Amino acid sequence: MATSKDLSVRPLLTLAGISKNFGGVQALRGVDFDVRAGEVHALVGENGAGKSTMMKIIAGNHSPSAGTIHLEGEEMRFRSPHDALVRGIALIHQETALAPDLTVAENVMICHLPGFIRWGELYDRAAKLIKSLGFDINPAAPVSSLSAAHRQIVEIAKALSLNVKMLVLDEPTASLAPSDANRLLDIVRDLRKRGVAIVYISHRLQEVFAIADRITVLKDGEKVSTVTPSEVDMDGLIRLMVGRPLAALFPKREGVAIGGVLLKVDGLTRKGAVDNVSLVVHAGEVVGIGGLIGSGRTELVRLIFGADRADSGTVSIDGRAVTPKSTGAGVAAGIGLVPEDRKGQGTVLSLPIRVNSTMARLSDVSAIGFLRLPRERQTVAQLMKSLQIKARDMDADVSTLSGGNQQKVVLAKWFHAQGRVIILDEPTRGVDVGAKAEIYALINTLAAQGMAIVVVSSEHSELMGLCDRILVMGGGILRGQLDPADYSEEAIVAMSLGHSKAEAPLNAARVA
Amino acid sequence: MSTETTTTQAVTRDQPAPSGFAWSSLKQFNTVFILAVLLIGSSLVSSDFMTGPNISNISRQVAGIGIMSMGMLLVVLTGGIDLSVGSVAAVASVTTSMLIPEYGLTVAILAGLLAGAICGTVNGVLISRFRLSAFVVTLAMMTIARGVALIVSKGAPVLVDEMGQALLDFGRDTWFGIPQPTVLMLLVFVLGFVFLRYMRAGRLVRAIGSNEEAVRLSGVSVGRYALIAYVVSGICAAAAGIVSVARAGVGSPTVGVGDELTVIAAVVIGGASLMGGRGTVLNTLVGVLVLGIISNIMNLTGVPGYHQQVVMGLIIVVAILAQRSSNASHH
Repeated sequence: MATSKDLSVRPLLTLAGISKNFGGVQALRGVDFDVRAGEVHALVGENGAGKSTMMKIIAGNHSPSAGTIHLEGEEMRFRSPHDALVRGIALIHQETALAPDLTVAENVMICHLPGFIRWGELYDRAAKLIKSLGFDINPAAPVSSLSAAHRQIVEIAKALSLNVKMLVLDEPTASLAPSDANRLLDIVRDLRKRGVAIVYISHRLQEVFAIADRITVLKDGEKVSTVTPSEVDMDGLIRLMVGRPLAALFPKREGVAIGGVLLKVDGLTRKGAVDNVSLVVHAGEVVGIGGLIGSGRTELVRLIFGADRADSGTVSIDGRAVTPKSTGAGVAAGIGLVPEDRKGQGTVLSLPIRVNSTMARLSDVSAIGFLRLPRERQTVAQLMKSLQIKARDMDADVSTLSGGNQQKVVLAKWFHAQGRVIILDEPTRGVDVGAKAEIYALINTLAAQGMAIVVVSSEHSELMGLCDRILVMGGGILRGQLDPADYSEEAIVAMSLGHSKAEAPLNAARVA
Repeated sequence: MSTETTTTQAVTRDQPAPSGFAWSSLKQFNTVFILAVLLIGSSLVSSDFMTGPNISNISRQVAGIGIMSMGMLLVVLTGGIDLSVGSVAAVASVTTSMLIPEYGLTVAILAGLLAGAICGTVNGVLISRFRLSAFVVTLAMMTIARGVALIVSKGAPVLVDEMGQALLDFGRDTWFGIPQPTVLMLLVFVLGFVFLRYMRAGRLVRAIGSNEEAVRLSGVSVGRYALIAYVVSGICAAAAGIVSVARAGVGSPTVGVGDELTVIAAVVIGGASLMGGRGTVLNTLVGVLVLGIISNIMNLTGVPGYHQQVVMGLIIVVAILAQRSSNASHH
């Protein structure tokens, strides 16, 4: 690759046997990782593989539950990001952490601001730092006026003002156009030449191949292996990232008759999020939507439901154009959405199960504006029984329930609303295995009743086990469809990255 | 990573929850406890306190604040705030008293209430439809409504003539020994209780304040229910303004200055959260009584007016701290 390093050089930072628990969830398990000065070490893995946790441990946001961190041979315990920063480790977030109303210069020099500011000198020093990165940004401009790319540059300049030894870049190109992304890669190469150690986290594997000296693959919180780009090809790397056995959680669906087209989406577009997506879902069918986080999946289903407004395109149910402009219209049209954020969007945590589960069709349990509480209790008792919601009673606040039971309350709401199309966004996130199987069974029950089901998930095994077809999104467009015969995690990831075998990979040699 | 933070929350939340009975009685406990302590303490401090006329007097004095507090509770439940109630009361006060001679009492009262409803609608539309901050919108309405009341009345009090005798009687008379304004206040609280417990809109008002996005994603047009809360608050403020006419015999453009703060204090002492979603009708009534009694006992014991303000502020802080410690013991 670009640099041939003496691999015997002592690493700048060494993590050994790092584990991290969040409550009962083990995010990292015995991970070893090291970075040398003047090296780009990429960290790749699926969503939830533990990349962000690793990064936060390196930058001092989290402290590990077990394991050691050595910086230049000396054992360290970072107590805060500031602690890591003063020792020369800076984290550049995906969403930049700048003060939007301050000027570029103030943001760059924020750690060096004197009590009395001489503006001329401040501008000069900031401009010099930005120039050294090959960019020309007005140091007096407020950060809020900058493009996403320029904000990244300001963020990097800020780190350089501290003479950092090590930069952690989290998806630095996620929000950048290709030309800006290439310039950013040039900067990374330049920093490497200056001897900075770089941890590079990205979903864009082409970039990783173009820039990394070594690649560490994480999966389910464990390190799979560390390789050099010359040792693997793109397919090999993807297999390392996703290759795990399919969990046997999925009930067989037999004798479910697939009916006519129930949900039809035509050319749905919302600027910057979803671009001209068309799809159909039949009655009795479970259709998955896969793709990496940020591929536009959630945005798409919110448009279908009416949670956001589409710029153009139509949604029809049973041949009738509905194109909901509000969530009320979506519900009236027979669409239900189980949102990805169960606690923030799916339920009102501080209200009882009873109130949550009738909220989408209060008209059923009220007359002339008054609630019919006995009827509501009866209805909810039935819902809790048929969905096997485990709780003290129906007046227990949803906050007291386990994740799986909370999700069942959201499902109960849509059972009660009698929708015909149910969309589930990450239906089993943060749910234990037993409850997962129950939710899968419920989804199948809904489909068997003739509803059209759409499941969005980052868990590829979930999509493959549950769905009759998988639609794959990437960059806001529908990249393709997979039928059960073609199901594989590699296929989903490759398709989402726009990197099906048919396409040639970005020419790594040329970029390097 | 967001999934991880939610998981950690889930773990803490999944700890065994205290039984509903214990918790709800604990919630009731603090405000009622404060009230009980106050009643006992006050009767010890002043022998004049526990007398029929004095109790009757307190209940009459708090009627206006109480009526406004019910409206404010709805607004606070949605997570909003209404700073305009005192000024809206003044608008209704001068509207009603000026219209009595020409149009008669009934029309005048309806016009006063309508003025309040209009102010509340303007607040509600700006907040729910145009997504402006409730604090800023109602702050603007506070000065606008006050200005309108002063302009319309030319800055002078408006005497109520004999056409409005029934209103003046209402301000003075009792009903089974209870002052009639107090009866009206209790009626408003009963209506509020029924609204929040038994009506669809009431349930949604509370739900919006707990988690607006979850309610919206259930297909509810949340703006409509926030609007309802502000309209009701406007009408309640107007009713309080008309009650002040009944008691004073004049409509005044300067009535209700600073009332918004007293009303918010009452609601908060009653345990409502300014973040929305939490608060009950009964506890709000207790909050109103607590403030009324403190004010009364300070008058009885001759605490000077300026000192009273300091004491009132301290009481509010103490009450909130007591509320918080009861919540802390829950979590």
